[in-house]
Amino acid sequence: MSKFQFPQSIASRPVYGTLAPRPGKAHLMMADAEGAEALLDLAAQAGARDSGLMAKAHILYLPRQTGEAFVDRLRALNPAQFYVGPSFDAALPRLRRVLSDAHMGLQVYLAGTEGLIGRAAAELAAAGIPVGSVQTEHRGSVARRMQCVHCKGITEDVITDPFVCAHCGLNLFVRDHYSRRLAAFQGVCIDAEDPGNVPEPVELYR
Amino acid sequence: MTIQFNDETFRDDYSFRNSPWAIKRFPFPFHEDSYMYSVNMEQHRGGPAGSVFEKRFDVDEHYISEMRDRAIVLAEDPLRCQSLPHMTLAGWDLLELIMVSKSEDYPDLFQLYRDGNRWRWVNKPLGIDDSFTFMDETTLPHGPMEYITRQTQGDFAVLDQRDDNLWMDAGMITTQADWSLDFDIGMNFFEWHAPVPLAHEMGIFKRALKFLMNVQQGAPARRLNWTMTVNPLLDTSPENYHKWGIQKTELTAENIGAKQHLRVELQTFYRLPRSNALVFPIRCYLIAFQDLVTMPKWGRRLHRVIRDLPEELATYKGFIANRPLMLEYLSRFDDGLPTSPGVWADLETEPPLQK
Ligand code: HEM
Repeated sequence: MSKFQFPQSIASRPVYGTLAPRPGKAHLMMADAEGAEALLDLAAQAGARDSGLMAKAHILYLPRQTGEAFVDRLRALNPAQFYVGPSFDAALPRLRRVLSDAHMGLQVYLAGTEGLIGRAAAELAAAGIPVGSVQTEHRGSVARRMQCVHCKGITEDVITDPFVCAHCGLNLFVRDHYSRRLAAFQGVCIDAEDPGNVPEPVELYR
Repeated sequence: MTIQFNDETFRDDYSFRNSPWAIKRFPFPFHEDSYMYSVNMEQHRGGPAGSVFEKRFDVDEHYISEMRDRAIVLAEDPLRCQSLPHMTLAGWDLLELIMVSKSEDYPDLFQLYRDGNRWRWVNKPLGIDDSFTFMDETTLPHGPMEYITRQTQGDFAVLDQRDDNLWMDAGMITTQADWSLDFDIGMNFFEWHAPVPLAHEMGIFKRALKFLMNVQQGAPARRLNWTMTVNPLLDTSPENYHKWGIQKTELTAENIGAKQHLRVELQTFYRLPRSNALVFPIRCYLIAFQDLVTMPKWGRRLHRVIRDLPEELATYKGFIANRPLMLEYLSRFDDGLPTSPGVWADLETEPPLQK
């Protein structure tokens, strides 16, 4: 699958790269949906170098709408530990447990949607994992995780601009301003100066 | 001089007013007839007697009412004041800086008595007389930053300095020009400035950061920033934008002189001694157009600045839709005469309006 090229944006907006194998004592890989493809590519690169990467890898995978499409192929990589979970929230206690005894030299690979990458990166930062040992690669949906600046509620997987806040129901426009701490972009009321005048939602980047 | 404190509001009936004294000392931000972003920083070493630059933390006639407004905002939304756990020491540094400065600069209003770590703080305008142990949080009703900034006009961002950057890791933000502390807390200098147009490309933030990281203890710096606000509303927060945004559409040719306010921020920068943090007080001054144009030079100049301001800036500052109305009003106070250089009104030497 071809990778989406995000347009140039402002300084708070995250940018993503391409996963590459790195030497390390342990490798934590977390991905959702099509993010699996980035892990498969990573393992292929590592395999070509016969680096033994997967034998020291712990994969946390959230298939979401892709169902079984990638699960068997990921399992066939023979990671040291393999977890398949239904949601980020469900996987969170396990992620925190893993991070609680992470050692120097841990390499982290995050792949998939911005929501998954952002939330995992915030956990890593809170656990004190150096940013230099974290790689990210965007794959799959370009949906965004949005915080409503008014009610503070988070709406996951926002794919249109404007959208309706899942918590307070205000019509919000999608900003590029991004908080790493919240792992969310900012949503702001679009019709504050002209109540009721809400433009037709347009798919992001269209 | 003794200050007569106003009893006024910054919401609902908007009874806020500037006295002739406050109008005269208003920090008019334009030193020439045009405006563009620049690295406009200078040493903060006082200024002309009576000006807002004279004291380290200016206290004016709005003090008591502004503190009442802050208390209302905090009661409705405690997230306007936040401090990440490693910032408590910086909070004590800030408390000390403000208490020492205010008690020295306004001895008739504020008094500080210190006996080792046993301190007594007297704030006469607010009727406070508290004894506490310096560095012991349990002896104050709030954390040190919140305690002292509930008693000091202006917003406060407290920046941790590490990894060659400044990090907004604490703040008291209730009089902000449409940005959210809750969203921006934890960001670095470039991240929280991300929404600002043009300035990144001009290299302004790189140079500004370099300057700030070198600010030394005892050698504070300052700059002015400005925007526009309809009604004297201090709390123009994004949090409440869905409530106040509509007021921007209520401007008419008849009410603009009274309703439209120039909003000026006196921003200062102090290095704190124990934490090595930088504190960034953002003091907001509001003035109605009809008061501002009583200074002929300011009326002439504001018209020219607003007329020629790049569209990106007028959009970012949120008044692009009202610019035509503003220009219609302000043009009545611009007779085309030249203006003297510098920000001061020069009332004695500048000619009265010739139309
Ligand atoms: C470390 C102290 C500082 C803090 C905490 C701070 C904070 C902020 C914030 C929160 C904004 C609003 C951004 C938004 O739209 O969300 C802003 C705007 C801005 N800042 Fe800073 N700032 C600081 C220092 C500086 C300095 C030294 C400069 C020097 C040039 C500067 C220049 C600007 C400019 C030009 C804007 C746009 C303002 C406008 O057009 O109304 N800032 N700042």
